Amino acid sequence: MRAPLSWLRDFAPFDTSEVPTLVAALDDLGLVVERVERVGEGLGDVVVALVEGIDAIPGADRIRLVTVDAGEGPVQVVCGAWNFSPGDLVPLAPVGTVLPGGVQIQRRTMKGATSNGMLCSGQELRLSDDHEGILVLNDVEGARPGIPVAEALGVEPDVVFDITVEGNRPDAWSVAGVARDLAARLRLPFTLPQPAPPPDLGTPVGALATLEIADLDLCPRMVVVVLDGVRVEPSPRWLARRLLLAGMRPINNVVDASNYVMLELGQPTHPYDLDRLGAPGLLVRRARPGETVVTLDGIERTLGTPGRGLGDVGEDCLICDAEGSPVGIGGIMGGESSEISDTTTRVLLEAAYFSPMAIARTSKRLGLRTEASSRFERGCDPWGIDRAVDRFCELLGAPAATGRLDVRGAVPAPLRISVAARRVRAVLGVDIDPEEAASLLEPLGFGAEPERGGLLVTVPTNRPDIRPEPHGVDDVIEEIARTYGYSRIARRRPSWPEPGGLSAYQRERRLVADVMCGVGGLEAWTPSLVDDADHVAMGLDGPAVEVSNPVVKEEAWLRRSMLPGLVRALAWNARRRQGAVRLFEIGVVFSHPGAGGSSRSARVAGSGSKTALLPGERELLSVALASDGDDARSAIAVWRVLEDALRVLEADVVADGSIPGLHPTRAARLQVAGTGATLGSVGEVDPAVASAFGHDPGHGRIGWLEVDLGVLLDPALTPRRPAEARTFSRFPSSDVDVALVVADEVPAARVQAALVAGLSGADRELLESSVLFDVYRGPGMPEGHRSLAYRLRFAAPDRTLTDAEVARLRRLAIEGAAAAGATLR
Amino acid sequence: MTGRDLSGEVAQLEREAADALVAARSTGELEEVQSAVLGRRSPLARAHRVLAGLDPDERRAAGKALHEARTRLETLAAERAKALAAAERAAMLERDRLDLTEVTESEVRSALRRGRLHLVDQTRRELEDVFVAMGFTVAEGPEAETDWYNFEALNIPPAHPARSMWDTFYLELGQPETVLLRTHTSPVQIHLMEERPPPIHAVIPGRCYRRETPDARHLPVFHQIEGLVVDRGITFADLAGTIETFTTAYFGADIHSRLRPGYFPFTEPSAEVEVTCTICRGKGCRTCSWTGWVELAGCGMVDPAVFEAVGIDSEEWSGFAFGLGIDRCAQMRHVIADMRAMVENDVRFLRQF
Repeated sequence: MRAPLSWLRDFAPFDTSEVPTLVAALDDLGLVVERVERVGEGLGDVVVALVEGIDAIPGADRIRLVTVDAGEGPVQVVCGAWNFSPGDLVPLAPVGTVLPGGVQIQRRTMKGATSNGMLCSGQELRLSDDHEGILVLNDVEGARPGIPVAEALGVEPDVVFDITVEGNRPDAWSVAGVARDLAARLRLPFTLPQPAPPPDLGTPVGALATLEIADLDLCPRMVVVVLDGVRVEPSPRWLARRLLLAGMRPINNVVDASNYVMLELGQPTHPYDLDRLGAPGLLVRRARPGETVVTLDGIERTLGTPGRGLGDVGEDCLICDAEGSPVGIGGIMGGESSEISDTTTRVLLEAAYFSPMAIARTSKRLGLRTEASSRFERGCDPWGIDRAVDRFCELLGAPAATGRLDVRGAVPAPLRISVAARRVRAVLGVDIDPEEAASLLEPLGFGAEPERGGLLVTVPTNRPDIRPEPHGVDDVIEEIARTYGYSRIARRRPSWPEPGGLSAYQRERRLVADVMCGVGGLEAWTPSLVDDADHVAMGLDGPAVEVSNPVVKEEAWLRRSMLPGLVRALAWNARRRQGAVRLFEIGVVFSHPGAGGSSRSARVAGSGSKTALLPGERELLSVALASDGDDARSAIAVWRVLEDALRVLEADVVADGSIPGLHPTRAARLQVAGTGATLGSVGEVDPAVASAFGHDPGHGRIGWLEVDLGVLLDPALTPRRPAEARTFSRFPSSDVDVALVVADEVPAARVQAALVAGLSGADRELLESSVLFDVYRGPGMPEGHRSLAYRLRFAAPDRTLTDAEVARLRRLAIEGAAAAGATLR
Repeated sequence: MTGRDLSGEVAQLEREAADALVAARSTGELEEVQSAVLGRRSPLARAHRVLAGLDPDERRAAGKALHEARTRLETLAAERAKALAAAERAAMLERDRLDLTEVTESEVRSALRRGRLHLVDQTRRELEDVFVAMGFTVAEGPEAETDWYNFEALNIPPAHPARSMWDTFYLELGQPETVLLRTHTSPVQIHLMEERPPPIHAVIPGRCYRRETPDARHLPVFHQIEGLVVDRGITFADLAGTIETFTTAYFGADIHSRLRPGYFPFTEPSAEVEVTCTICRGKGCRTCSWTGWVELAGCGMVDPAVFEAVGIDSEEWSGFAFGLGIDRCAQMRHVIADMRAMVENDVRFLRQF
């Protein structure tokens, strides 16, 4: 909200020369000053000038050369506005003037004509929001060429604080509310002036209008007054200017008075043209399902139907005329039919307290947020209505009917809360004795009487943020802390005996990322919200979880795979000639709870027993390998590095079916040996899928590795090599190279396993390592076969193996390999 | 042969051998010459064998002459070997001479096998490490939640106006607007308090979602780290001290924190944390609107209504919570003008950190 200092000073004597102190105090109270705007300053140099002549500028059809006299002889300025003629009085900003917005006027030449200043619009001077033409001052009393515009208009320099008020402080969302907090902090006296009563019409209000509230739960209190003999006209200049400074456009004296009261006291009111109400008076009731009303903005609103949100059963508070025809949505927006117009003479003013939750629901469902609804849903002061009505009558000045209509239901009364000194200390960690606490609370309007062990606090009804006991105790303590000053509370570093640290999963997840960096991977961050078409394009069947209210349809589903995102990222970079990289991502993918697989159930809001099924979430490592020469082999190589880093005991590479998105003949599942748990997949992105996500086949193959970290990093699912250190023989080892001819359809892993299996018992103990070191296809090989060369390294712990021993081991291994259909080359 | 004859012959042999050693042009050639003039089949060795046939006096004199000649030749050979080796090494070094600035880009690229963590991940680790050193554990939770965990248990009942503080993505699951993508990491607070009895000292990093159109300062998907301490005797003073310790540990000794009143439904009292502007180090600049301070986090004492929702006795236990943006920390530290660079995955951007 925008709070002009001059307005704040209506309530407490703030020092205009201490703006930085005021700003610091407001910030420290939690009323954060986003911006300080100085207005009316800079107007000092702007003077009233008489237009003497207007001439065309050759070659220019939008600007003209204007000759003005500001008492010191003719001055020529170039001007683009056409709303004045010779003989008019206008504001002139001579060269060197700094306008309120900070613009400095300079001598300029346009189309060959020199401009020695600027004629200003109301907006440029921050005097009105009129930017259409120059501000013509002919009607301003006392405007004579040469005198300052500020003097002619009686405009004082002012300071406007642009303040962010937290949602729980509706009381501070008003000029008087800000002044109350600030005065309390600065220990200045705060007074709310008592409005002067309006002239009495002599007719009882009950003779002019009726008031009935049918549904007091939605509207617990409403007050109505009637004014007669109103002349609808522009507001007085001072009032219009305050509205403008506060960011509101003046409309007419009736509407302006209502807005002024809202800005000043925080209580919205609504004026009706009494003669345009179908029947004189108001009836407040629930809207019937499907009932409509045309609001002030000209839009027809349908009411009384339940909304999507939980707890919104479609209860809307409707304001009707005395016969029950809708004339507005209570607390949100008035209706078009009874709007104040130029011909209005009798005004019915309504001021009410609406149920905050009801206003919030209706406003949310209708998507209609107004100055009034924002205040009502946060909670206005049900006992501040009377002052607001008085202030409105005072500002409008028209004669009022005698008395007022006032219907009340269960109106919130002031809370009384016992605040123990012990609790203050327990929450804040400082001792603030009850006497001091009382002196902090009382200027805010709280009552505070000493009682045994603390204070009995009476909470003013303008503070809906303070809850009843027991929780309200802490709310009062916050008020004590706020006015005491957070910065005065001493700091203490707590300590505890329990050690901090990462979980094993978290430590190993870091290791996974580090290993990926070690193989040159760049970590990417691809979208979690995607288009379901991506899943279809990569061949993932079944449903994805849909977002109810997406921003765009391309981001309307939860991702089931990171493949589309990573391939797109590669393609994006390839278009910039930097696509030869390895990208990886560690992130969550989601599964639909209805699609089998994992999901969980959790409690929903409202009654404690209801639950909802939630999507399954898995944390994956996905790697897309597109460096020069990368392919499925690179992917398996990266897996080997990862597998080794995590000490995986044994994992199998199993090509036993198609994997969505991957190359049908170059992909395999990774499976834990023994438990059979699926770790993930490895291979190449299907070239057709890759190009669907923008990858140019000319940029080569994309190796792919995907690992479910929930499986990989759980030692119960993926057994690890024992922690005990292995010891190695100190005697020389012997290498045996074995080249085997094997049919293409037999996986190399099976041959190697058979080779090793040929050695049993003590012989197996002698095998230190076995690796595949060469693959050969070509001349000399039978059709459909290749040569696989393995190197077996043997060593005994206690001696050097003899040639005969090594020869025997070699023979056993080769015999073993025969079981896999391998023959010696 | 007499001893005198032999002496003359030794002198002759020594001269010839010395000439041959000096004439050798490489260490390899020198080794051959050395073997020829000093080895077992050399004339010198043969002359030595002749000594046996001489009478003792002659043998002594000739033997001495032979020994002296051999010693001189061996010294000469060693000197020559050293000189030749030095010359050969000098020649080798000259051949190896390399301009170390003459490295092509492709050679550099082939060496660049070190990848990078995403800036967000790096920042998350740094933040986690600071808190771990302060005695916190690291907890995590799901990204999809119910409105109980994301809102109601945090003292934000359905239709509460405060819900509009978070623009929420709801999911098409269950009753409308009951299942959602978490708008903050705070639901993990509820899980933690439901799952284990106090004391709790945890930080909670994670990905969050808000229904916003991306701009230079906001992404609809972002990362937060949240802290929760529930213990006996925890006060606002402990909160303020913890925030200050973190601030100096993470940003540096010259960066301080201050608290000012704020509003969060799940804390009471609530505070906004401001820290010394990291751009100008508090002197005042555009980033901090010439105040010297920038907003970093929100925090407060755990509201008794939150304790009530999870069944913790707020007379026995008290606690504080705080939350800050991981992405925002990275943005502050690296002066990233537009947050959208974080999700663009431009490898030039990713590689620079």
